[in-house]
Amino acid sequence: MERISTAAALDESIAKYSKAFEDKLSGKGGKRAVLICGGTGCIANGSDDLVKEFERLIKENGLNARVTCNHVGCFGFCSQGPFVKIFPEDTLYRKVTLKDVKRIVEEDLIGGNIVEDLLYVDPVTHEKVARQDDINFYKKQKRISLHGCSLINPDFLEEALGYDGFKALKKVLTEMKPEDVIAEVTKSGLRGRGGAGFPTGKKWSFAAAVKSDKKYIVCNGDEGDPGAFMDRSILEGNPFEVIEGMMIAGYAYGADEGYFYVRAEYPIAVERLKRAIADMKEVGLLGKNILGTGFNFDVHIREGAGAFVCGEETALLNSIEGKRGMPRPRPPFPAIKGLWGKPTCVNNVETLAQVPYIIRVGAEEYAKVGTQGSKGTKVFALGGKINNVGLVEVPMGTTLRTLIYDIGGGIPNGKKFKAIQTGGPSGGCLTEEDLDTPIDYDTLVARGSMMGSGGAIVMDEDNCMVDVALFYMDFICSESCGKCTPCRIGTKRLHEMLQTIVNGTATEKTLEDMKALASVTQKGSLCALGQTAANPILSTMGKFPEEYEAHVKEKRCPAHVCKKLTRYHIVPELCKKCSLCARNCPVQCISGVPGKEPYHIDQSKCIKCGACMAGCRFHAIVKE
Amino acid sequence: MAEKINVKIEGRIYEVDASLTVLEACRSVGYRIPTLCYWNHGHNSLASCRVCLVEIKSSRGSRLYASCVYPVKEVPAEKGFEILISSPMAVEARKTSVELLLSNHSKECQTCVKNGQCELLHVASITGAEDRKYIGQMTPTSKDELAPGIVRDSSKCILCGRCIERCKEATGIGILGFENRGFKTVVSPIAGRSFAKVPCIQCGQCIEVCPTGALSEKREINKIDEAKKAGKFLVVQTAPAVRAAISEEFGKKIGEENGEGKMVAALHRLGFDRVFDVNFGADLTIAEESQELINRIVKKTAPLPQITSCSPGWVNYMEFFYEDLIPHVSTCKSPHEMQGAITKTYFAEKHGLKPENIYVVSIMPCTAKKGEKERPENQAIKGIPDVDCVLTTRELALLIKRSGILWDSLPEEKFDDDLLGEYTGAGAIFGASGGVMEAALRTAYHTLTGKEHEPVDFREVRGQAGVKTAEVDLGVGKFKVAVASGMKNAKPLLDEVRAGTSPYAFIEIMGCPGGCINGGGQPFVKPSLLDRESPDILDTYREKRAAILYSIDERKAIRQSHNNPDVIRLYDDYLGSYGSEKAEEILHTSYRLNRERYPK
Amino acid sequence: MALRSEAKKDIVAICQEHANEPSPLMIILEEIQRKYGYIPLEAQEVVSEETGIPVAEIYGVVTFYNFFSLTPKGKYVVGVCLGTACYVKNSQAVLDEFEKQLGIKPGETSDDGLFTIEALRCIGACALAPAVSINGKVYPMVQPGQVGELIKECRAKEEA
Repeated sequence: MERISTAAALDESIAKYSKAFEDKLSGKGGKRAVLICGGTGCIANGSDDLVKEFERLIKENGLNARVTCNHVGCFGFCSQGPFVKIFPEDTLYRKVTLKDVKRIVEEDLIGGNIVEDLLYVDPVTHEKVARQDDINFYKKQKRISLHGCSLINPDFLEEALGYDGFKALKKVLTEMKPEDVIAEVTKSGLRGRGGAGFPTGKKWSFAAAVKSDKKYIVCNGDEGDPGAFMDRSILEGNPFEVIEGMMIAGYAYGADEGYFYVRAEYPIAVERLKRAIADMKEVGLLGKNILGTGFNFDVHIREGAGAFVCGEETALLNSIEGKRGMPRPRPPFPAIKGLWGKPTCVNNVETLAQVPYIIRVGAEEYAKVGTQGSKGTKVFALGGKINNVGLVEVPMGTTLRTLIYDIGGGIPNGKKFKAIQTGGPSGGCLTEEDLDTPIDYDTLVARGSMMGSGGAIVMDEDNCMVDVALFYMDFICSESCGKCTPCRIGTKRLHEMLQTIVNGTATEKTLEDMKALASVTQKGSLCALGQTAANPILSTMGKFPEEYEAHVKEKRCPAHVCKKLTRYHIVPELCKKCSLCARNCPVQCISGVPGKEPYHIDQSKCIKCGACMAGCRFHAIVKE
Repeated sequence: MAEKINVKIEGRIYEVDASLTVLEACRSVGYRIPTLCYWNHGHNSLASCRVCLVEIKSSRGSRLYASCVYPVKEVPAEKGFEILISSPMAVEARKTSVELLLSNHSKECQTCVKNGQCELLHVASITGAEDRKYIGQMTPTSKDELAPGIVRDSSKCILCGRCIERCKEATGIGILGFENRGFKTVVSPIAGRSFAKVPCIQCGQCIEVCPTGALSEKREINKIDEAKKAGKFLVVQTAPAVRAAISEEFGKKIGEENGEGKMVAALHRLGFDRVFDVNFGADLTIAEESQELINRIVKKTAPLPQITSCSPGWVNYMEFFYEDLIPHVSTCKSPHEMQGAITKTYFAEKHGLKPENIYVVSIMPCTAKKGEKERPENQAIKGIPDVDCVLTTRELALLIKRSGILWDSLPEEKFDDDLLGEYTGAGAIFGASGGVMEAALRTAYHTLTGKEHEPVDFREVRGQAGVKTAEVDLGVGKFKVAVASGMKNAKPLLDEVRAGTSPYAFIEIMGCPGGCINGGGQPFVKPSLLDRESPDILDTYREKRAAILYSIDERKAIRQSHNNPDVIRLYDDYLGSYGSEKAEEILHTSYRLNRERYPK
Repeated sequence: MALRSEAKKDIVAICQEHANEPSPLMIILEEIQRKYGYIPLEAQEVVSEETGIPVAEIYGVVTFYNFFSLTPKGKYVVGVCLGTACYVKNSQAVLDEFEKQLGIKPGETSDDGLFTIEALRCIGACALAPAVSINGKVYPMVQPGQVGELIKECRAKEEA
């Protein structure tokens, strides 16, 4: 690629590649473009092989001159992947398998007909939907952070330049003073997308106010919340956008070196980011005197090595510094004294991804989206017991009902919605009564949860909330860094108390003690991980007191999840006396006479493995 | 003039130094907030134990903060902040922190080596922690009794991290570290290894800061009982620095009392057959070491600079990390080893005692000496160690208490005047960093010029600085000398020697910062347990102890080692001249090459 | 076990390659982990000598992060995702099944050196829950009943 060393050169390149990109998608000259999802989820479902197969068949059928094929970033609708999208028609095929490729090539690319059975079928209307924008899952979304994801080839700087890339950078470097940039971002109302929602402009202004020979910016891509993968998808789908955001931030408060801290579990994101950085260095978009403006900026990648606590900014800085990821006491805040003691802003991937958009459209326009206190869009990772699992970006203020039912398509198998857990291990549960609340940073906190990084896990009636609390405490216990007492020992003791509850040995005093200890852990811990560690307990205790009481007082698990409190029972009236259950039982605790006597489970021997119930063809075995 | 700030504490406004933490500010106006992980001015400030939590109230509400690290300038009274130490929220949180620590802590308090000096028990008592409030699984622990000087019992560790920081600060090696994560976190020298399986120099600085019984000296008191039982002739010898601190164990303020006379009286009452002073050995060391220095300068027998060898912590360090400097290190045994060797040869001969029937006990401010006595290189008579048993200052205090002796009722007595009884002021100052240097210079000057140095003192090598350098006139020319204490401080000097660029002729190195007065076997200086000491005691205790030694020196009629009549007689009667063949054989040692840092 | 001299040379080279980076410890350890599959104490000693960082500190870092291992991992590293999305879809049962069939617990390696089981925290494949990864390849929607099949697949590769 050509070097881009001046603003004029950038304009030229942008014009050139924008046209090329537009031509590619609009089918200029009768050309067609095949885009295949290259997100982690789809790659796991074999989308890399799809790319190869398309390439092979395109070549074999002599279509090289008029059909292009490449992977793009995540489509978001992961439960329907892998996706293949054909331009200019904008036809979206889903759940494409290797053998489907031949049909798409022959019927669509050659024959010009849509392959009907590969289209998405609306679960309610049962109608086939050909265009992405007509699918309910996408209708209420607004893509800012995910701009370009599922459209551009993340391996090519050209495609990024062809789709709004670096317009904001140019504007900032050539038209705005650093203080203007901070003012603009402050005005936009952008708040940190990593969890706590600290105003981004304010954070930058703190760092800007410090005089220092060196400042750093760190992009926090250590997305550790189980069930959240938006940072990964953004980095995989459009790494350039995040780098651009980082550079703008650097310019705003005077940092000339940036570090990406990305989970080692995200190899594809790391690889694409590396390539993006290398390409940008090659053309001069990174390095010294960028666009001839005198602005210098360099970017490095550090991989996280598997520690949830490193999502906490001071722990993250320690990790980059090659230390154990143990949080530092604040103050001093990183914006004053951060990486290697220098002023450093730690911004989340999604936060930085919003920045170029804000600069492009202006703070005012940006602030039109969202609520009073929370502007712009937020990406959520919808998961758990929900039909449309995937990544969705919605305006702040969207209700949970919209999220779960309109976009998420509701709860599978006709089950009843019970709760949605937001904010990961640090968050809490929201229930039926919260469904119509517009969600933003403040309403979530007011309702006992938090935004967190945007994980949103749906639970149905089959989930036991005590078990869910136990799951999160288990997570926190193994991810606590071990530094401060309330988190290291307090969470362990809370976990042990929860275990007594699910084992049926707890007393009512256990509940009181647990609440008291949870409260001290919350107030007395050193970092956000510890301070929020007890949230899952406090939240589930607050919203589902009756479940806790059932476990403690009645020694009963209403959802039949907690093994020690659950009994398998054969309903004699339904039992067909076939003996299958007895044969499936690994401990021989089921007795009966084939064809004569209904079967019966000896509770004293039952290990509650569930093999009998899973095997019974007559649904004669129930949990109680 | 330091910047001042107004803070509101429990409803009252105080003006305090703006650079302080909340904890220090509270202390400066008369509050002592309990703490465990904090150590003097942020030398350890992980803010991890959460025992010092206070409530800080403002218009934005109330939050708990670790007072040990929270800067007081963040909470000015003008902006409506108020610090609450005894609000229900703060009291409850501190109590819970301690209760949680106790729930993962060994319950063997009665028999713990730190019984009576445990900071955890102290905070448990003042925070009102309830017994067994929380019960649950405990972190898997390990106990290490393999190393000669230090015992580690991780079941008593509260992960305050003080030892980690102290080791790094004092030795620069960083033997200890946090391992694992979460509830499985432990402090250990790699994978639960013994101190004997890592390059630990056994200085014991870590013990001095440990708030609990997790780190302690390896006790040898029982050995004395066994020696008594076996009918041995018991000789005890006490190091210079012990008398500067032993009284602290009996309730005296630091620097208040020279404990020498009472200590000797106590040792007499403990049934030792002879009570000697290692100051004699120190004088003897000076005789040999100054001769060695002169030989290096005049006869060029070995390279300069010469480096002292009194400190076994330093010797360990040298063997682990600077074995190439062995030619520079004086071959002199350390004073108590010399004295032990002389006891089992000269003294034994004069008294017709069999050396194997003499049991030499050294009272030392040091834990590394426990390992030093076990070196086969320190056997003037092959197979018989020069010294049989080493007790720390703390162990001696325990021994005295065990015997029912009341310190305050003891008279002042003198060391036994029997061949090895006399000592000089030069020997006394060995206990402070710079003391060996000064003593050696006094004698070297005399040897080279035939005159005494006037004035007697070489004051430029005194004081608590980590590295001190001076240029001294020894009559025959000027020589540069350097004094370092603490291995981290010594390292740059050693690197110069290694690089061949050292400008010095003589370097004194002590393993512990400040020298033996601050040894790993000395009484603990735990501000929270010393109500009568001033808040800045950790900044001043070393000088206070050193002052005792220098005042002994000043009061001594004889202040140069070469003028010690017992030393003179020893050479006349037995050894011949300084550095004679016999002196070499009895008073000198050798060092090990290829000492493995991480043996299996 | 002493390090083979070429391994030592290799580690020295890794350290020197990153000598100009500020605080390169994590990078060095990640490279050693990737190359050798584990970071034995002997390797840490070499890193200590090269970087001047105390071994105890390096050991502290190695034992802090899940990615680093002190012992060699099996040829097939089976990771069962226990992220929330997978957990609520009963991935625990899948993990239990692997444990049962291989006779090892998470973090352990089978005696034949073939398998290591790991309990993973969210691998971000939530739409594929419950997800299992074997040597990095993600298997979607794994049910306990498929566990035997997956193990057999690996063994078959061995015999081939």
